Amino acid sequence: MRRLPPVAGERIDRSQAVEFAFEGKPLRGYRGDTISSALAASGVRVLGRSFKYHRPRGLLSAAGHDANTLVQVHCGERSVPNVRADVVPVDSGWRVSAVNTRGGLQHDRLAVLDRLSAFLPVGFYYKAFHSKRWFPRWERMFRRLSGLGEVDLRAGRRGTPKRYDFCDVLVIGAGPSGLGAALAAAGRGASVLLVDENPTAGGSGWYARGGATATLEKTAALLAAVRADSRIRLLTSTYAAGYYADHWVALVAPEYLVKVRARSVVIAQGACEQPAVFRGNDLPGVMLASAAQRLLYHHAVASAQRVAVLTANAEGYAAALDALSNGLELAAVLDLRATAGPLSMPAAQELTRRGVAVHYGVTPIEALARAGGDVGGLLFESTAGAAAQPQRIGLDGIWMSVGFAPANALLQQAGARLSYAHAAEQFLPQTLPSGVYACGKVNGVYSFAERLADGGAAGEQAAGRLGFGAEAARGPWVAPLECPTHPFPVFRHPRGGEFVDFDEDLTVKDLENACQEGFDSSELLKRFSTLGMGPSQGKHSNMNALRILGRIRGESLESLGTTTARPMFHPVPLSHLAGRGFEPQRRTALDGEHEALGAVWMPAGNWRRPEYYAVPGQTREQAILAEVGAVRTRVGVIDVGTLGKIEVHGRHAAEFLERVYTARYANLKLGMSRYGLMLDESGVVVDDGVVGRLGVESFYFTTTTGNSATLFREFGRLATWWGLSVGLVNLTGHYCAFNLAGPDSRALLAEHTALDLADEAFPYLGIREGLVAGAPCRIMRVGFVGELGYEIHLPADYAVDVWRALRASGSRFQLQAFGVEAQRMLRLEKGHIIVGQDTDGVTNALEIDVSWALRMDKPFFIGQRSLAILHKQPRRQSLVGFTLAPEAPLRPRESHLVLSAGQIAGRVTSTGWSPTLARCIGLALVTPALAAGQKLRIRIEKGQEVDADIVRPPFYDPQGERQRSTSPGTSAAHAAGQRTSLVSARRRNPLETCSTGASSARGDPAGARLRFEVLSRRERFGCKGPGAEAWLMAAGFAVAPAPNSAQVDAGGVLVARLGIAEFLVESVEGGAERVESARRQLGSALRPADVYPVARADLVIGIGGAHLNLLLRQICSVDFAPGLESCAADFGPVTLTSMIGVGVVAFTRGGCDREPVLTLWVDPSFAHYFWTTLLEVGRDLGAVAVNE
Amino acid sequence: MKLMTCPINGPRLISEFAYGGEMREMPDPVAVSDAAWADYVFNRNGVPGVKKEWWCHTPSGVWFIAERDTTTDTIQRTYLYQPGARVRAERAA
Repeated sequence: MRRLPPVAGERIDRSQAVEFAFEGKPLRGYRGDTISSALAASGVRVLGRSFKYHRPRGLLSAAGHDANTLVQVHCGERSVPNVRADVVPVDSGWRVSAVNTRGGLQHDRLAVLDRLSAFLPVGFYYKAFHSKRWFPRWERMFRRLSGLGEVDLRAGRRGTPKRYDFCDVLVIGAGPSGLGAALAAAGRGASVLLVDENPTAGGSGWYARGGATATLEKTAALLAAVRADSRIRLLTSTYAAGYYADHWVALVAPEYLVKVRARSVVIAQGACEQPAVFRGNDLPGVMLASAAQRLLYHHAVASAQRVAVLTANAEGYAAALDALSNGLELAAVLDLRATAGPLSMPAAQELTRRGVAVHYGVTPIEALARAGGDVGGLLFESTAGAAAQPQRIGLDGIWMSVGFAPANALLQQAGARLSYAHAAEQFLPQTLPSGVYACGKVNGVYSFAERLADGGAAGEQAAGRLGFGAEAARGPWVAPLECPTHPFPVFRHPRGGEFVDFDEDLTVKDLENACQEGFDSSELLKRFSTLGMGPSQGKHSNMNALRILGRIRGESLESLGTTTARPMFHPVPLSHLAGRGFEPQRRTALDGEHEALGAVWMPAGNWRRPEYYAVPGQTREQAILAEVGAVRTRVGVIDVGTLGKIEVHGRHAAEFLERVYTARYANLKLGMSRYGLMLDESGVVVDDGVVGRLGVESFYFTTTTGNSATLFREFGRLATWWGLSVGLVNLTGHYCAFNLAGPDSRALLAEHTALDLADEAFPYLGIREGLVAGAPCRIMRVGFVGELGYEIHLPADYAVDVWRALRASGSRFQLQAFGVEAQRMLRLEKGHIIVGQDTDGVTNALEIDVSWALRMDKPFFIGQRSLAILHKQPRRQSLVGFTLAPEAPLRPRESHLVLSAGQIAGRVTSTGWSPTLARCIGLALVTPALAAGQKLRIRIEKGQEVDADIVRPPFYDPQGERQRSTSPGTSAAHAAGQRTSLVSARRRNPLETCSTGASSARGDPAGARLRFEVLSRRERFGCKGPGAEAWLMAAGFAVAPAPNSAQVDAGGVLVARLGIAEFLVESVEGGAERVESARRQLGSALRPADVYPVARADLVIGIGGAHLNLLLRQICSVDFAPGLESCAADFGPVTLTSMIGVGVVAFTRGGCDREPVLTLWVDPSFAHYFWTTLLEVGRDLGAVAVNE
Repeated sequence: MKLMTCPINGPRLISEFAYGGEMREMPDPVAVSDAAWADYVFNRNGVPGVKKEWWCHTPSGVWFIAERDTTTDTIQRTYLYQPGARVRAERAA
């Protein structure tokens, strides 16, 4: 093998040498060489060892359609396994080695396995691996012997961000038919994305020349036309890995994955040339003719000195002419057919004229190896002409051109139905799904001119379907003049060694044996023999195997059918699939405060919450017990901002709550709250919370942390379904909340509010609205932890200041921040359940002793009817409280079993050491029989058992006197009328306390390709409800008429219509006073009853710059390009979508004289995640950030 | 990835949507027998065919009805829910 003098159309740059090493030996190639072409040019013929028998292997397809040429590439510190040497361009400094050898490629000690092949029959894994005793040994041994490259466990994390892309027509494959399709579709005005898996486009138009230059010139002209067409984007080295629903195609580019949404797809992926199956067909030097042609014309490499072309079609004769015209010696042309076909005949005559021996009716017997392990001769016999005497020719290369298998994997994935056409000896698409078109070889069309025309017709159809020109029709398929594929290029040898699957080392005998064992359908054969399950997924083996199976079964290929090749079409690096990895995390506004206090974090739903606050010198348990003690004796504060926080307004607000919750709310007095228990239709407990009445038609209520998003969504569905006139507002992220609890809580709070906190004015279960430390708050008197307590709910942007004010004066009260663990114990002492911990997915309301909350006399609530049925049935389980003796040395834990007569009779749901009661307490779900008794026996770790006494909760303060406390608190002196709060809380941008991020992308915003600007400080409010639009217009705002659009009025105020009847109003360029005044009115008694306020403490980010659309394509699946092009200065579309996993409101604004700017509104609880992730994505795009 | 068309927000990836179950009429809890109620609560129709289903576009919270052929997993049409005649009569009364 050698490099030829310059060849027309070669794709190497001879002025740029590339130095690299293979198996430790320094070599050189040129820029434009693939790893395998550079090796071939350097005379390396053995590129790897086979998977199972470790036979030497060389180039087969030169297109990455086989596993022979997978290599390990070491580059600097990185070591990358399983690099596809046929298609990856080689680079300077690379150290390349073969995969899976022991002692190097040349002297692979595992080559001995080839001689043991008789003992490794097909399916031997299944026969050998089943023994329990031997399996571990087998497994260890085969893990060492087989496999591919080695994963570098020290490899660092690589950023492989995925992208979204959009086009009218996606054309897969840039050969003659694909080029034709792209030009035709673009010619009609469609935007076209054209992709090709090879480093250069043109397909076989570039390399299958038949010794002439006509096809090269035509292909070059087509490529020039494609490059000149601004509607066509050409991506090379990019393969379509899979087709998914609704024209969604995964493209694998060298560094990342692209998810393309096309409106039509043209599949022009061509065909994979197939090997002939004869003894020795895997020797290095025996390759597909197309591989030799690729080497010749892409890389100017002669793959041999003296070759024979084994053929059965016109393509083989063309390859023979290519060999001659590039100065290779042609030993013979060996035609498997009795005579040349009509397309081959002229070439056959020319070859004969030029003195080349052309044999017909050839049966290849064996390719013979020479000393180096590569091919040195061919033994064959020929029926035509001379007597059938085996002949032997000396050569160093055999080119196989006996047929093709259409690359129809994506067509099948798209749902095309295929049928076998004998006229082309291949499967053809019979019916195609809507919007999917096939052309070229995959469609059974082979000549250059016909492929170009077929592609053009497919491109016209694909564009015509989308309204670009008239709908186009296509004529019926015309069979090729000469069949390009031999029906059975398989030649059995008595000594075997005819390889069908080069990846998995399967020979004809293996398939025969599999069939003999009964695995004789295409699906079973594949699974038993692992045929087509190697890295190339049957590209070179599936059709030959089917032909062999057909012969064995005596059936035609039509009736056998074929297996569906699933994604991915080629192997895809796992890093591509992993992409960037987005894990949206929510944080309350007080997150930074907790961090400063030493919070130890725990996940709660998608939030993080302080489990407890670490104290130097104290253990976790000590810290938690101290927190519990502080609440019981002084005052504590816990962030409960993760609770679902919802408002419901409207005529049917009370009725809605009556239907959703088990208790009564129609009779709830203004300014009072009531426990809410929610069931599903089967009576199972699903959630609980507190419902407070703010007005006749306005309620504020809470849900548990983990359920808030799904419940809010379900409330929307229920309101729609029931046809109730209500407006639901989700304040979960825009509001913060903390619970101030303990005997001193009243005194502490009194220092910061003018509200009358005396028990008569603000009784237990009351809800009040007023200023705390200058911030507008809702305060609920709650008793979850069993002490006098005030739960303070307020807009998230005020939360930090109010928290700090309370803590500042709280130092005199020794205010203790407490975490989730302390709260769990405090509520357990009160016997309050946690839904989802003390109940499970089947625990109904009758089993947890909450009859006081079930108003069975109401007309309807969800689960009511089922409870009526359950009431008549015996109980399955009951929730009971238990205590252990104070001196008990052993403690149970959650989920430990409760036993009765040695049988499982329940489980512990909550338990822990109560510092208040100085003993272990808990709750357990047990059988009713046990619940009626006195004792529980609990099985704990290591099979030990402990006895517990059943006690009716609450364990602490059974009368509930402490939470109803009327006493002003032990430190009354502090609260004696005078308020000491000097703080006036101000609103803070949600990133103000965010410690990371902003500094990492500072720079000069002017001229930056991407600019992020935090705009949260703008004055803003939201509103919804039937009267919202009229009220806004009456207040003088310009309201955009169309759903999901926004406009900025002359005073610089933006009014965005979110969906149909929700509005977001913001001072964009002035008008802050107007907006603030309207917001105040909305929060006051002047608010019309049919306008509902929507609190908005959003993170607002403005994004501009030339790379805006590139950024959007990494973070959002919606195509913003049309909106960015069409938006105006004072008017633009609003998009409600999801970016990097977070719901956003997006507004595009721009105009003819200014660059488009996208404004995003994001729930503030996602602010930290969203901002840091955005900066990370933006970093590679040159982003500069400005945080106000 | 599949597309679904929200009646308000237009075609979006299916990952922007949440499924809300098949649209079913609740029997009158007062009149219905225990057995019929249990059938409503626990049993679902698994026969393939065109189903009316609740779907929610999660970024906007819009609930709508999708008619989906579960044999071919094709979404035939989507539209906003109109409360049934029964509910409207109830409101009027």
